[in-house]
Amino acid sequence: MLNQYPAWKYLLLIVVLGASTLYALPNLYGEDPALQVSSSRNTAVDISTQEKVRRLLQEANVSFNSILLADEQILVRFSDTEAQLTAKDVVKEGLGRGYVVALNLAPRTPDWLRAMNAAPMYLGLDLRGGVHFLMEVDVDAAVHQAEERYISDFRGLLRENKVRYVKIGRYVGQDGDSAVEVKFRSAEARDKAERLLEKEYPDLSIDDEDRGDAYFMLARLEEQEKRETRKLALKQNITTLRNRVNELGVAEPVILQQGDERIVVQLPGVQDTARAKEILGATATLEFRLTDETHDAEEAARTGRIPAGLKLYTQREGGHELLKNRVMLTGDYIIDASSGLDQQSGSPAVYITLDGKGASIFSKVTGENVKKLMSVVFIERKTETRIVDGEPVKTRRTVEEVINTARIQEQLSKRFQITGLDSTKEAHNLALLLRAGALAAPIEIIEERTIGPSLGQDNIDQGFASVVIGFALVLVFMAVWYRGFGLVANMALTFNLVVIIAVLSMLQATLTLPGIAGIVLTVGMAVDANVLIFERIREELRNGISPQAAINSGYSKALSTIADANITTLIAALVLFGFGTGPIKGFAITLSIGIITSMFTAIVGTRAVVNLMYGNRRVEKLSI
Amino acid sequence: MQLFKKPTTFDFMSKRTMAVTFSALLILISIGSLATRGLNFGLDFTGGTLIELGYSHPVDLTVVRSTLENSGFPEAVAQHFGTSKDILIRIAPQEGKSNIDISTTVMVALRNVEDDEVEMRRVEFVGPQVGEELTNDGGLAMIYALIGILIYVGFRFEYRFAIGSVAALVHDVVITLGVFSLFQLSFDLTVLAAILAVIGYSLNDTIVVFDRIRENFRKMRKGTSVDIVNASLNQTLSRTIMTSVTTLLVLIALFVVGGELIHGFATALIIGVVVGTYSSIYVASASALSLGVSKEDLMPVEKEGEDLDHIP
Repeated sequence: MLNQYPAWKYLLLIVVLGASTLYALPNLYGEDPALQVSSSRNTAVDISTQEKVRRLLQEANVSFNSILLADEQILVRFSDTEAQLTAKDVVKEGLGRGYVVALNLAPRTPDWLRAMNAAPMYLGLDLRGGVHFLMEVDVDAAVHQAEERYISDFRGLLRENKVRYVKIGRYVGQDGDSAVEVKFRSAEARDKAERLLEKEYPDLSIDDEDRGDAYFMLARLEEQEKRETRKLALKQNITTLRNRVNELGVAEPVILQQGDERIVVQLPGVQDTARAKEILGATATLEFRLTDETHDAEEAARTGRIPAGLKLYTQREGGHELLKNRVMLTGDYIIDASSGLDQQSGSPAVYITLDGKGASIFSKVTGENVKKLMSVVFIERKTETRIVDGEPVKTRRTVEEVINTARIQEQLSKRFQITGLDSTKEAHNLALLLRAGALAAPIEIIEERTIGPSLGQDNIDQGFASVVIGFALVLVFMAVWYRGFGLVANMALTFNLVVIIAVLSMLQATLTLPGIAGIVLTVGMAVDANVLIFERIREELRNGISPQAAINSGYSKALSTIADANITTLIAALVLFGFGTGPIKGFAITLSIGIITSMFTAIVGTRAVVNLMYGNRRVEKLSI
Repeated sequence: MQLFKKPTTFDFMSKRTMAVTFSALLILISIGSLATRGLNFGLDFTGGTLIELGYSHPVDLTVVRSTLENSGFPEAVAQHFGTSKDILIRIAPQEGKSNIDISTTVMVALRNVEDDEVEMRRVEFVGPQVGEELTNDGGLAMIYALIGILIYVGFRFEYRFAIGSVAALVHDVVITLGVFSLFQLSFDLTVLAAILAVIGYSLNDTIVVFDRIRENFRKMRKGTSVDIVNASLNQTLSRTIMTSVTTLLVLIALFVVGGELIHGFATALIIGVVVGTYSSIYVASASALSLGVSKEDLMPVEKEGEDLDHIP
């Protein structure tokens, strides 16, 4: 019997249609303005936090629709954005630091749908508004820093063992070759040093080099260690960026590694890009060093003659200072920092708390040096790509400034304060940066894409309008052209649209504006399969074959053509996916999904309806 | 409704010399324009900064331009975007300067001039290293797509068809690029995506025609290769036109209501679909023919046992 489908095929279609409708459904419900509270460090978000938030909002007379604790996050929903904004200030103030309070839009998906893991499509930044940064981590700078650490370690080791050397510094060769270079006056001294260093640092590869009457030793990091250092720097930077993003208070941020030295940061809803750039890109850290009081720093700056064991620094207010080479403490040990005003002078200050190890180091060195001067050095490393003679050239820069010098009055330990900052804003930013950690290697923003909220909404509206209009045009056209069969094709096309949306929602793939364009294009191209089949049926009819046989042979003959045509388009879409970044990927995704689903709906779906209409009975004429 | 009441019998292939001349001419113009004028590469490829601002009232561009000049951006290009309330500012990568902060500086400067509210709609900054990479990757993507397709079609059909379809694709891509170059339309990432989609679409069309040619070579006992190709083109003609029309319908919808950001994308696809439809009729089939596709090449390799079954 021709043109009959087994029951299981109908069942399959009904199941697919039902499931698709359910999973596409969440997209119809819209969103509530909401507040999202999560923990940023060492704090737990639990039922007591939830009660605290509820109390804070009630005390401030901010009305909210619901408050819910799930996945260690509290979500408070409001009916308007005004209440949402007031609530943010109230909750942020009331909870204090340690919590991330972020504005968000919460989907209004009903509970029964949420229970099935149904969620609306995930909108890309070009639709919801926000900032996209592509950052390049200067991973080689991490290798630099590792070498700098060896320099100060070598210095200490050689001095302790009374090995005399002339100079110690970094050697930079060609093709990224670099090493720690030590100059000796005699080969004996060098041999002694080498024996010592080889024992202490078995991982370094040490070479000799004689230049004239000077004896050099070059210590290189193994390639493996360099690779590890670079990898670690990237990982550490990602962690630090995550902390900083938490400090900024952004709901649903995306921080991802891309390639060997790049990081993508996406901050939905963020408008103040200048501040985001400042906070994310900054590499500030601190060092504490003893201040030299026996030499004249200004004279050293003028003559360029720096006494041994000292280093010349500039002060922020101008002027110079000589500091001891040895670092008492670095910013790595800081676990908390907050800004405020110094109680005596009233100037901006940063209050610092150290971790256990830092506190014991610091109390030991400050205990040994009571009544001596100590300086706080503010270090900022920057990497920039500038265009020189039409070619991008990477430049590195380190700014080191003494921001504060004070006499150690007593043994310092876990908590202390530093002053000497320009403004309360600077104190605030420094505290934030110290809290969120220093970047392991300087970072450079190499791509920024910011979409304002109004443009995002415009994009959604225009995208939606083009889908609706394009869809309607095709529906009308098909109905006029193929009449009964055209209506069947239209059912399949509608079905296809629902399936695409359901698949996108289920995969939580990012929908972008080009992604919407992909859906529109799919709508136009999806009918192709039906056009092929219908034209084939008409042709068979013209050849004088009976309607039933024409339907059957139309479908079967068009099948391989449809498959070939779609697979080749799929190849192009996959290449696009592999190559594409961000929005373009969105286009490739919707196009690929559309091609696959359209094959199902246009072949199996229409056939099922056609079989229902014409199968198993005498048919004189087809409505085609 | 039917496009053609009776089966058509256009003699497409007799005009193939004319078509080839026409195509060659278009390609020549395209290549000439690409060589002399080049493409008007957008920010994605050149690097630089782009800022779109929305004002609540129409803005005078001369004020904006002089403000930009005074803030140290004399080479900035400012223009209206969509409406007279929106402006678009483009700043090329600055020689020897840090580029990431340009957008902030510009925003501050323009905010100070207009006491009226200015809204940031879009900021795009692409560093010089990124632009260069994208240009390389984009070219590579196109080559990969072409190779992938060449392999698939060669595998499914015959190498002459594969060459024919790729010839049609190159034809479509070059002419679409040529139009973008000739009219100096902005060529950005979305346009590149559209061109890859054109490759997919045009191929779709070509495959349908080739499929029919293959079928007819096997089915039709008499007639020359030219006759068979002609018959195949006629049989698929209404489908070719129908699909182009539905695709063009949605593309026009996208072009008209999709907004400025998607304009280039829609334009590239519209050009590509029109050229692609033409090329699958003429370029693909004509090149397969001139490479000497014949009946024998497409006959399925029959097993000996099967032959025996057919003997009555």
